[in-house]
Amino acid sequence: MSYRPPKDLDEQERQARAKLTAHRGMATWGEKLVPLAVFRQAAARKGLKLPREERESAVLAYTAGLDDPTPVEGPYSRIAVFGGVYSNHLALLELLEDAARRGAEAVYCLGDLGAFGPNPEKVRPLLAQGEVLAIQGNYEESLASGREDCNCGYTDPRDNHFAEISYRYTERNCSPDFKAWMGTLPRRRRVRVGERELLLVHGSPRRVNEFLFHSTAPVPFLEVLLDQSRCDGILATHTGLHWHRRLPSGRDVVNVGVIGRPANDGQTHVWYSMLEAREEGLGVELVPLAYNHAGLAAEMRSEGLPEEFVETILTGWWTTCLEILPARERAASRF
Amino acid sequence: MSLAEITPLSAPRVELKSLDTLWFQVGGTVCNLACTHCFVSCSPTNHTHEAMPLAEVRRYLDEAARLGVREYYFTGGEPFLNPEMEAILAATLEVGPATVLTNGLLLDPARCARLEALADAADYSLDFRVSLDGWDAASNDPIRGEGTFEKILAGIRNLHAAGLNPVITVTEVCEGAAGDEGKERFFTLLRSLGIGRPRLKILPVFRIGAETERGGAYESWQRLREGEVADGALDHLQCSSCRMVTDQGVWVCPILVNEPEAKMGETLADTLGDFPLEHPACWTCHVYGVSCRT
Repeated sequence: MSYRPPKDLDEQERQARAKLTAHRGMATWGEKLVPLAVFRQAAARKGLKLPREERESAVLAYTAGLDDPTPVEGPYSRIAVFGGVYSNHLALLELLEDAARRGAEAVYCLGDLGAFGPNPEKVRPLLAQGEVLAIQGNYEESLASGREDCNCGYTDPRDNHFAEISYRYTERNCSPDFKAWMGTLPRRRRVRVGERELLLVHGSPRRVNEFLFHSTAPVPFLEVLLDQSRCDGILATHTGLHWHRRLPSGRDVVNVGVIGRPANDGQTHVWYSMLEAREEGLGVELVPLAYNHAGLAAEMRSEGLPEEFVETILTGWWTTCLEILPARERAASRF
Repeated sequence: MSLAEITPLSAPRVELKSLDTLWFQVGGTVCNLACTHCFVSCSPTNHTHEAMPLAEVRRYLDEAARLGVREYYFTGGEPFLNPEMEAILAATLEVGPATVLTNGLLLDPARCARLEALADAADYSLDFRVSLDGWDAASNDPIRGEGTFEKILAGIRNLHAAGLNPVITVTEVCEGAAGDEGKERFFTLLRSLGIGRPRLKILPVFRIGAETERGGAYESWQRLREGEVADGALDHLQCSSCRMVTDQGVWVCPILVNEPEAKMGETLADTLGDFPLEHPACWTCHVYGVSCRT
């Protein structure tokens, strides 16, 4: 680990290099070099040092439950919950039949009706026909408010490029009436299943576009989120990948999946969730749903949507919006 | 210019909305490189902050878990100069996902295999960021040191061969890196190493630390002033959702660890309050929308 200065530099650069490593016994305070002890003493004097009981009350105040006036619906013994339709009306049709077959007393949608798929208006009559109870996702918020982008929350330009194509297409093909209706949907719902009170959100209880991936939603984080949300379970979507964690406290967090595109696993089916009251608590079933994916692909092509999107529908592998994936989920991805 | 010397202005204050990201200056300010643009002036002889032992990291992990922290980042200096680094990662992965920011020089095949085993055994993601400041030795080595380009590439190759695909972090010191052509040059370079899915993050330059000698310091107008920042515009700032732990306590963010004034407390519970955005580096974060997160 010895540092060897480069050879072929002129004297000025050699001096600059020497300065870069001239820290022996000295500390860098801003741009100044000061004796180590001076920095350490200054640092030791700064910042709060709360007494133990004040620290404890600061933590308790931070993790305390927040007031939420959202009315509680139900109780039900069995509900179906899905997210991310992405204009996939063929999967939605299949879901309504499947959920009815499984005895769902109510069907909930966690938002993102449009994006990715063809002809967003075809979704609306199906929602009405299935008496689907929906909340707004980031798509509904953006479309209803006339926002320029989908507010998906991507950070990489490659992700945003395809997100923009999806949003422009959906925005162009949604009627003003449909967009206005989206704006009337609540942003969250509370639903009782048996004894359990579940909070239904799009991204997370904190942000509509927060990504709750399995490998980056750790147990301690979820426990605090549940404490703050004052509920027995959280149902979310937004990431496109389904999962369920039963926490040490006995509470549940479920990413219910999306029915708009497959789960990046090489399978063409999509996913939704069934929640059921059981004697031991909440029953959670993540349900694979096959649908006419070839028909959807054909319709996407006739609408001129990018071939990358069509490929995902036909192969089950994501080709776009991959940079947001955490290391674990990305490693399991084909692209 | 240190914070102590700056004439106080009425700076906006940023609230901690939620403590999602906890950083560890796990390698201190000790590094086996001395890059010309390092905003914390790390070098082999810089002991402003020392490496953190596992026991100290554990104490903060316990407190962080109570506060529901979402993710953990490790930086330095060079984290892998810390002899307990792998044990620290193992302890961290029990409570949440971890990302290590490294210069790549200490990533030999044996270490990469051990890291892959750690990643594989964990319930949470383990991710790596490797710093590189040019697409060839001629562009990288004047910044990061002679011979470093080849060594960094070797580290990237070893990680990738072990099944770990790192994010390559480039600063805008590398001229043209942020443009399409610049990015394409990095993607081409990474593909030439056999990396089919190259990952890249471009960061702006903070005009503090060693960088003031290379590129110059901040101008006096590059400051945030109360009233000039719209309501809610501070929510995207990293300091609204992060804190940085060093061997000397808890700082507001990863950028300002060489400013004693940016230290907020001894424990995380001490640091749940707001912070004044007085430093010119806060201007960079705001204007460029910087997040040190991946």
